[in-house]
Amino acid sequence: MVFEGLADKLQETFKKLRGKGKLSETDINEAMREVRMALLEADVNFKVVKDFIAKIKEKAIGQEVMQSLTPAQFVVKIVNDELTALMGGTQSRITVSSRPPTIIMLVGLQGAGKTTTAGKLAHLLKKQSKRPLLVAADIYRPAAIKQLQVLGGQLDIPVFTVDECKDAVLIAQKAVEYATSYARDTVIIDTAGRLHINEDLMQELKSIKTKVKPHEILLVVDAMTGQDSVTVAESFNKDLGLDGVILTKLDGDARGGAALSIKAVTGCPIKFTGMGEKLDALEIFHPDRMASRILGMGDVLSLIEKA
Amino acid sequence: MGFFGKLKAGLEKTRKNFTEKIEQLVVGYATIDDEFLDDLEAVLLSADVGVHTTAKLMTDIKKGIKSKDINGPEDLKPFLQNKISEMLTEDSNEIKLAAAPPTVIVVVGVNGVGKTTTIGKLGQYYKEQGYKVILAAADTFRAAAIDQLEIWGTRTGSEIIKHKEGSDPAAVAFDAVQSARAKKADIVIIDTAGRLHTKSNLMEELKKIGRVTSREIPDAPHETLLVLDATTGQNAINQAKLFGEAIPLTGIVLTKLDGTAKGGVVIAIKSELNVPVKWIGVGEGAGDLRPFVPQEFAEALFGDK
Ligand SMILES: Nc1nc2c(ncn2[C@@H]2O[C@H](COP(=O)(O)OP(=O)(O)OP(=O)(O)O)[C@@H](O)[C@H]2O)c(=O)[nH]1
Ligand SMILES: Nc1nc2c(ncn2[C@@H]2O[C@H](COP(=O)(O)OP(=O)(O)OP(=O)(O)O)[C@@H](O)[C@H]2O)c(=O)[nH]1
Ligand SMILES: [Mg+2]
Ligand SMILES: [Mg+2]
Repeated sequence: MVFEGLADKLQETFKKLRGKGKLSETDINEAMREVRMALLEADVNFKVVKDFIAKIKEKAIGQEVMQSLTPAQFVVKIVNDELTALMGGTQSRITVSSRPPTIIMLVGLQGAGKTTTAGKLAHLLKKQSKRPLLVAADIYRPAAIKQLQVLGGQLDIPVFTVDECKDAVLIAQKAVEYATSYARDTVIIDTAGRLHINEDLMQELKSIKTKVKPHEILLVVDAMTGQDSVTVAESFNKDLGLDGVILTKLDGDARGGAALSIKAVTGCPIKFTGMGEKLDALEIFHPDRMASRILGMGDVLSLIEKA
Repeated sequence: MGFFGKLKAGLEKTRKNFTEKIEQLVVGYATIDDEFLDDLEAVLLSADVGVHTTAKLMTDIKKGIKSKDINGPEDLKPFLQNKISEMLTEDSNEIKLAAAPPTVIVVVGVNGVGKTTTIGKLGQYYKEQGYKVILAAADTFRAAAIDQLEIWGTRTGSEIIKHKEGSDPAAVAFDAVQSARAKKADIVIIDTAGRLHTKSNLMEELKKIGRVTSREIPDAPHETLLVLDATTGQNAINQAKLFGEAIPLTGIVLTKLDGTAKGGVVIAIKSELNVPVKWIGVGEGAGDLRPFVPQEFAEALFGDK
């Protein structure tokens, strides 16, 4: 694996720091070069990396090292703590409207996992004894509506569509009316994938937002996304005002630096992670686990925990 | 917006940054200072070129300075552009058809990168060239994947071979190759389900698809294309590596280049794994696929003026 050996390398760098009571600037600089590389290889945005490293340096230089740790472990601990804090510290939840239905809209780039995630969310809510309604508002992608209908069928959850309708805004509006009449307490709107630079399609989302006033607008992001995640999230956030992020495809070996980048730049909390293609593969986001994944040094961290 | 415009539009900011930085620097060898090189490095990193390949390119630049191929900041852009298109150029990025039809093309990749859409576009491309195309719906797993391919088939006038949802993908592939021979089709394009490269059981399934097609036609599949999403970062290297271990890859399709992502990771893949890019996707329409031209790509990465 490409990233293997990173933890070793870090260990080695940190070994050099061992036996020092106080961390000098040179010590830290050297260690930070490795951390920088780890972050970039995890696809953390390079600007975010730059700021982050600067902040860590400030925190670590001249610090008295904790008794139980080597200076090396101490640096890792600072980095890990800061990463965790940056990613939201604690879990964030979905807003539930006091006046049902709660309206959730999923948005994002093409192929990020919106339709699948809509199914997963519906499944999760159903297990919590809610009565979700899935809404097929992707009128563009071939067989997008059918895809959601198949998922709805598997879950035994109704899927709202308007036959032959070429107006996503209207579909969303009618869906909310339907939910109100048929006592569905949560409306999950699946939208077409789109590029953040496509003004017409971004306008469509803005119109849906104006008409149905979703309680949660969630950006679905592929965990494998590279440096561009920041540009994408900033645009969606600027146009729509995001309430959160769902990070998909974390069941692979992507280190998921997009998560950190997006949180750092937009402040949007990550609420769920997608862990597979199946409909039960949606998990609540854990900032601490994500931090050690991004750093790619689970071993180093468990070592520290033992100290 | 024209194709080239589409490709370049997203790079406008980078280009501006880059040229501005260059202009800010005084002409002359001695003035390529550390700060300049840092900014240059940032341009490469922000395009997803990755730390290792960026480091390699930076070393090349330093060598270039020593050998006086680079005499001032203004030489840097053409130097890098050349270097990158050189790295990406190879006779092997030519798209080959089998000596005797049918040509079998297998399309693989992780979830949601654009495999099915690319197949629709390929069908259109080959049909325009006068070939008879058959599409094989060997993604029998994802909800409505077969319907999606069927719509593309209708749209582009290609025949589609399908079995029931949940059936054996290799059987679909086998069936498609057989029927291509029977019906004297020129090209068979096999759609496969999206799968993460880390799932070994699913990679086994791909191997089986490769095996059954070569049972019918010994040198098939003639092309195995890995589809990569241009938005993908460094994970694409692992994707190329592990897919390549399961089924020998002949090329890469880089999709979604109509966004703002630059797909720089393909440079790393070419230099580390030597898989060439053959096609690029620049939109969701049937006509939004183009053969890859390294010079164009390198130019789009940096802007031309
Ligand atoms: N491995 C894995 N695959 C996922 C996950 N979430 C979604 N997928 C897969 O990713 C692919 C794309 O998912 P979709 O739900 O169709 O994505 P989308 O955002 O609706 O796509 P468009 O509507 O075309 O923009 C499918 O193959 C899904 O099965 C996940 O968490 N893990
Ligand atoms: N903007 C843009 N979108 C694209 C391009 N290629 C594909 N897409 C879109 O990306 C999304 C996913 O495409 P698919 O062809 O379904 O991807 P796939 O790899 O077959 O997905 P799975 O079978 O679920 O793994 C769809 O919304 C496509 O319209 C492209 O070049 N540009
Ligand atoms: Mg969808
Ligand atoms: Mg597909």
